Amino acid sequence: MIKIVYKGEMDPRSFKDSLGETIIGLLESDPDVVYLDADLMRCIGTGPYSLENPDRAIECGVAEANMVGVSSGMAAAGFKPICHSFGTFASRRCYDQAFLSAGYAGNDITIIGSDPGVCAGYNGGTHMPFEDMALYTALPGCTVIDITDSAMLEDLLKKSVEHKGVKYIRVGRKNNAKVYESGSTFEFGKSVELRAGSDVTLIACGIMVHEALQAAEALAKEGIQARVIDMFTVKPLDEEAVIKAAKETGAIVTCENHNKIGGLTSAVASCLAHKYPAILEHVAVEDEFGEVGPQDYLQKRFGLTAPHVVEKAKKAIGRKG
Amino acid sequence: MSDVKKLKELALEVRIAAIEQFKARGFGHVGGSLSVCDLMAVLYGEVMRYDPKNPGWPERDKLVCSKGHAGPAVYAVLAVKGFFPYDEIKTLNQPGTRFPSHCDRKQTIGVDMTTGSLGQGTSLAVGMALGDRLKGRDSRTFLVVGDGELNEGQPWEAAMLAASRGLDNMIWFVDWNKKQLDGTLEEILKPFDFEEKFKAFGFHAQTVNGNDVEALSAAIRRCGSVQGKPHCIVMDTVKGAGVPDVENTVYNHSMNVKPETCDKWLADLRAQLDELRGGETA
Repeated sequence: MIKIVYKGEMDPRSFKDSLGETIIGLLESDPDVVYLDADLMRCIGTGPYSLENPDRAIECGVAEANMVGVSSGMAAAGFKPICHSFGTFASRRCYDQAFLSAGYAGNDITIIGSDPGVCAGYNGGTHMPFEDMALYTALPGCTVIDITDSAMLEDLLKKSVEHKGVKYIRVGRKNNAKVYESGSTFEFGKSVELRAGSDVTLIACGIMVHEALQAAEALAKEGIQARVIDMFTVKPLDEEAVIKAAKETGAIVTCENHNKIGGLTSAVASCLAHKYPAILEHVAVEDEFGEVGPQDYLQKRFGLTAPHVVEKAKKAIGRKG
Repeated sequence: MSDVKKLKELALEVRIAAIEQFKARGFGHVGGSLSVCDLMAVLYGEVMRYDPKNPGWPERDKLVCSKGHAGPAVYAVLAVKGFFPYDEIKTLNQPGTRFPSHCDRKQTIGVDMTTGSLGQGTSLAVGMALGDRLKGRDSRTFLVVGDGELNEGQPWEAAMLAASRGLDNMIWFVDWNKKQLDGTLEEILKPFDFEEKFKAFGFHAQTVNGNDVEALSAAIRRCGSVQGKPHCIVMDTVKGAGVPDVENTVYNHSMNVKPETCDKWLADLRAQLDELRGGETA
């Protein structure tokens, strides 16, 4: 059951709160779930719990490669591990371990990379992953998720620990726009149509779902009906929804808080090129490194706002001729 | 028949089974496989708890050969102990084989963990030992680490966590055979004192002759008297141990071998085995 409650307002629950509470809830309800962190527990609200329960919330210190390896070993011992670090460290810093010790070796673990893309804000370019999805989509069998809001996070994190393979979940720590009613349930690989439309389709994930919905509102005022799809699972891609959108609207704009290479844009482009060639534009980072600043500044700096989506939607429609 | 004699026999059988694999394929990681054959004999001959008929038994002891290129030594002991038909190991590195050059838990019955990217087996082993402890199992995890492998940073990260958690249910065996692919450790990255390093990392550490089954057996027994710390046994070994031609080859990490050369080595090892058995069956 999915109930859409989007009003363009911020989620009253921050991801920091919902992430910590959901992880602790899973630990409390399932003795086989373990959670490991690399000295960032206090960034997602799990620090106090770990002091009381050091064998359930396992502090690994600033050693992400080891954390992912230990998580994989614990999976082999019969546990369902969740491990967390900032997105840069949860991807680049431990990629070979995620690839071999978890993926290749058949150890099923969930990796949470927090503060994706511009959400890294004041931590700046060293902490700003625009390539984490590119890395994880290249890991065979990996499920790659860009979370939309706290309701989705709560549901998908619970499902992730029961799901086979390596799961990479990228999620912010602040508040995204509220899109779904708490208690909504989702399926990996099954996108959600948030708004109907026949002129163009905006396929978005993560923080860009809100921007796409705002853009659709603005376009509607100009008489352009944009379909909006929440493609929270970047891998495996919901190809059926992409092809349907291509057939019915003839133009697609991907919207992602990530490099245009290797993430949602690449996945949609590959699907279209192979199965149903259609006009494609993108709102994504143009192959750049990150930089420091508040998130709203960074969204403008890297072209990740609703006005950018409007511009690309019009361009896509114009190309239909 | 003394236990030591049995272990020496098993070590010869393991070396024979390792050479059989290299003979069949014509090349392989000969030096570093031979240096750990005595350890394989001691672990599978008298130390570890396992059941070849139930290789996934959760309560078993586990082996992680983090120097994954020593796979042929692991396959050798598993074959001798009946985890699978002996002759299957002769498919080493053939297309479609269950015996790849580096250990793979999804391919080979009895292989407890996948390794090959050096350093990664250490964290996996720490996770397995920690997992067994949290599951309430009294299983032990035995981790084999190459001396060249300790060039990597990851083992030291894993060592810190193992010591912080007081994982006395695991023993790290450092195969100190003094050589890595490009040359000696002294030439490439000076190792200084492994035993002192591990002590400084909070381990119970000792150094023994790693090609002496009796010394290894005694060192493992000594670990039983130390609680609250992970154990490290630095094994002073010879790369290529037990086959003089390999011992005397300078760059013996990976070697091409001719079948007739292997036959000579096998004949020598079988003669040693016959002598040890006192003229019993060949």
